[in-house]
Amino acid sequence: MFLLIEQLLNGLQFGLLLFLLAAGLTLVFGIMDFVNLAHGSLYMMGAYFAATFVGWTDSFVLGAILALAATLLLGIALEFVALRHLYGRDHLDQVLATFGLILFFNDMVRLIWGPAGLALPLPAWLTTPVQLLPGVYYPAYRLSIIIVALLVAAMLYLVVMRTRIGMLIRAGASNREMIGALGINIKLLFTLVFGLGAALAGLAGLMQAPILTVQIGMGENILILAFVIIVIGGIGSIRGAFLAAIFVGIIDTLGRAFLPDLLRKVLSGAAASTAAPALSSMLIYLLMAIVLVLRPEGLFPATKR
Amino acid sequence: MKSKLNASNAVVAVVCAALVLLPIYSAATGNIFILTLLTRIIIFALAASSLNLIMGYGGMMSFGHAAYLGIGGYAVGILAAEDIGSGFIQWPVALAVSALFALVIGSLSLRTRGVYFIMITLAFAQMAYYVASALSRYGGDDGLTIYKRSTFDGLINLSDRTQFYYLCLGCLFGGIYLIWRIVNSRFGLVVQGVRSNEQRMQAIGFPAYRYRLTCFVIAGTICGLAGALLANNTDFVSPAVMYWTRSGDLMVMVILGGMGSLFGPLIGAIVYLVLEELLSQFTEYWALIMGPLLLLIVLFARGGIMGLLGRVRRG
Amino acid sequence: MADPLLRVDNLVRRFGGILATDNLSLEVPRGELHAIIGPNGAGKTTLISQLTGQLMPNSGTVHFAGRDITRLPSYRRSALGLARSFQITSLLKDFTAIDNVALAAQAHDGHSFRFWGDARKERHLRDAARAALERVGLAARADVLVSELSHGEQRELELAVALATKPQLLLLDEPMAGLGVTESARMVTLLKELRKEFTIVLVEHDMEAVFALADRITVLVYGRVIACDAPDAIRRHEEVKRAYLGEQHAVTRHGGQIG
Repeated sequence: MFLLIEQLLNGLQFGLLLFLLAAGLTLVFGIMDFVNLAHGSLYMMGAYFAATFVGWTDSFVLGAILALAATLLLGIALEFVALRHLYGRDHLDQVLATFGLILFFNDMVRLIWGPAGLALPLPAWLTTPVQLLPGVYYPAYRLSIIIVALLVAAMLYLVVMRTRIGMLIRAGASNREMIGALGINIKLLFTLVFGLGAALAGLAGLMQAPILTVQIGMGENILILAFVIIVIGGIGSIRGAFLAAIFVGIIDTLGRAFLPDLLRKVLSGAAASTAAPALSSMLIYLLMAIVLVLRPEGLFPATKR
Repeated sequence: MKSKLNASNAVVAVVCAALVLLPIYSAATGNIFILTLLTRIIIFALAASSLNLIMGYGGMMSFGHAAYLGIGGYAVGILAAEDIGSGFIQWPVALAVSALFALVIGSLSLRTRGVYFIMITLAFAQMAYYVASALSRYGGDDGLTIYKRSTFDGLINLSDRTQFYYLCLGCLFGGIYLIWRIVNSRFGLVVQGVRSNEQRMQAIGFPAYRYRLTCFVIAGTICGLAGALLANNTDFVSPAVMYWTRSGDLMVMVILGGMGSLFGPLIGAIVYLVLEELLSQFTEYWALIMGPLLLLIVLFARGGIMGLLGRVRRG
Repeated sequence: MADPLLRVDNLVRRFGGILATDNLSLEVPRGELHAIIGPNGAGKTTLISQLTGQLMPNSGTVHFAGRDITRLPSYRRSALGLARSFQITSLLKDFTAIDNVALAAQAHDGHSFRFWGDARKERHLRDAARAALERVGLAARADVLVSELSHGEQRELELAVALATKPQLLLLDEPMAGLGVTESARMVTLLKELRKEFTIVLVEHDMEAVFALADRITVLVYGRVIACDAPDAIRRHEEVKRAYLGEQHAVTRHGGQIG
């Protein structure tokens, strides 16, 4: 029972992390109609920046804030130099160009930080377990990820639903021609949205860094997960991304935790230990395939045409 | 496909002649390395050509095409591990399994459009990747070593470098010829018509879905053949050949060479893999140059290399 | 009168809360040129799309040559002899004119799961395509890419494509849209020729053309049939005059969507 609660929390934590990544992606996708494979690279850069800055400043919080700012700037620079020339091109061009960026970032990281991964140690105050319920302990750091991510999600919700910029973003996601007609400085809006997305990806990367090793290619697996989420949630929909992310996070985590035991009850030991890891890795892709077959536009399509 | 004397046709002719003559050069100079490199390039060119059939001619942007490389390869590898070494069994199985996989994922994916199609094909390929990783009996994550290449008794010896090279080249030219016939056939015109305007094709009486699906299966089968060749070439198959960046590589080759041009994928594969080879000799960090290069190609050289060559002719 | 070639009974189609087709019934006997007119937004294109199967009705039935085709997909209807030209030119832009027409001929000449022979060398398909192009006066432009044809030529090509499917019934959605005076006149001459051979349902805004060509005219307003009669009777029809002109003003004030 405690195990289930712990795994549920782990799933929630992973899902929220995925949401941070998916939110930026779905906004960029929904508003600018831009497929950005390099989004995972920004996630990776966030983690590397964090590992570096925490090392320099000797403070986890300060390092994290610096890393966040650095990712934001990197994202804006990237948009300014390269990506803005790709808006309006077909998706294939965008896929190809940002695929090139992944190659570039991976090798640049290898050049600067070397091929071995980095570790980002946590300060002592974040390593102690916290008692949630009588008898239920949960690592403080994971708990703080949940809290930070929920705060960011709430902020994002307020920005998107309550502010003028948010209104433009929503208008853009559901009807791209409209924002052009409103006489808005679209270039600036796009740069802002892209920077925001980059910062969110960086935040996800730097928060994940202490849990996993910081390594080259870390952004690629998780990028695919983020794509799965926005496709399930419906492209351009923040709400869809949020729900789908938590759904995917929990299913993936629970699948990995409990599927082997469940399978062992049905299958022989050897067959189960072969099938379980494959099946739990496949679970969310299976989910996405089912969703797409039943609802080809995702669960919460933002675009109504 | 009107044969005119122009820059792109000239380049294609020279390249094809060079490919045919290469083993002679290699034997004369003792340069085995170049034969090995070119064998690999030819296999990837075949895979890219099959992707071009659905992407360039059919308008289906599959981001999971490398899955067939793995499926064809694993069919050969698993049968070899189970002591079934005959190519007459291995290869038909490789093709059949690839075709079946294409049929299943195609029939689901082709219900979606645009970015959703790109993503769902990607997802299916990732599923294949994880399945392969979990095959602990056949090496799991680490991959499967193939101790003996497919045997075609009395016909051809795949362990002979030159014979294997010509087999691959024959498969490539055969594949391109097949695609050429298909593209100009009734079937091919329908598929291209659907790419251009699906609604119109439905209105004049074509059930578009069936044609797209058939085309998808043909392309998957051809790529499965490339997978069988690749496994024999490296004597090894691992989940890594199915990883999504591999599918990205194939897309890059197609677009680099020129989508919807018959020899474009071959040119693209040569340029991409030779560039990779040269850059990695020059620096360990070859992707630092390759990455931005891709970006520049997309920004400034639309239509790929064949497109550029075509423009040379027009002035 | 014998069974009509096309019979529509109580057709209903909603978009959200809007009734785009409101309990619509219609009969087109063989050999007739039946025009459908109505102000913008009256649901003419919606009706055509339901006849050709691009859009499914919420209720009601469509019978073609005595057969219930209400649920058939568009490619099956085309096989039965129902051809459509699109209001907004809808051709294969990167194909030549003759390829466009030959594909239409191919669709009705056995199956197309043939992977080997060169379809452009199939004499009877090319001949059929050339005949259709000649019919609409485009024979000289056969090998030109569609994207390089003028707007008027594209409208004519739309017709040639429809003809090449060997239809029993032609559904023409505003064939004169966007044509100049001379081009329109040519189109009217062409339609006068075609009506001798085919049953035609014509949706058109050009009233002069409609009244010159039609045997009968159906007037649609807000998805409903308010009148269906011979041209002379329609011209004198008080309700049509009032409703048609009145509604058109009302619609234009909303910003006048095309349709």
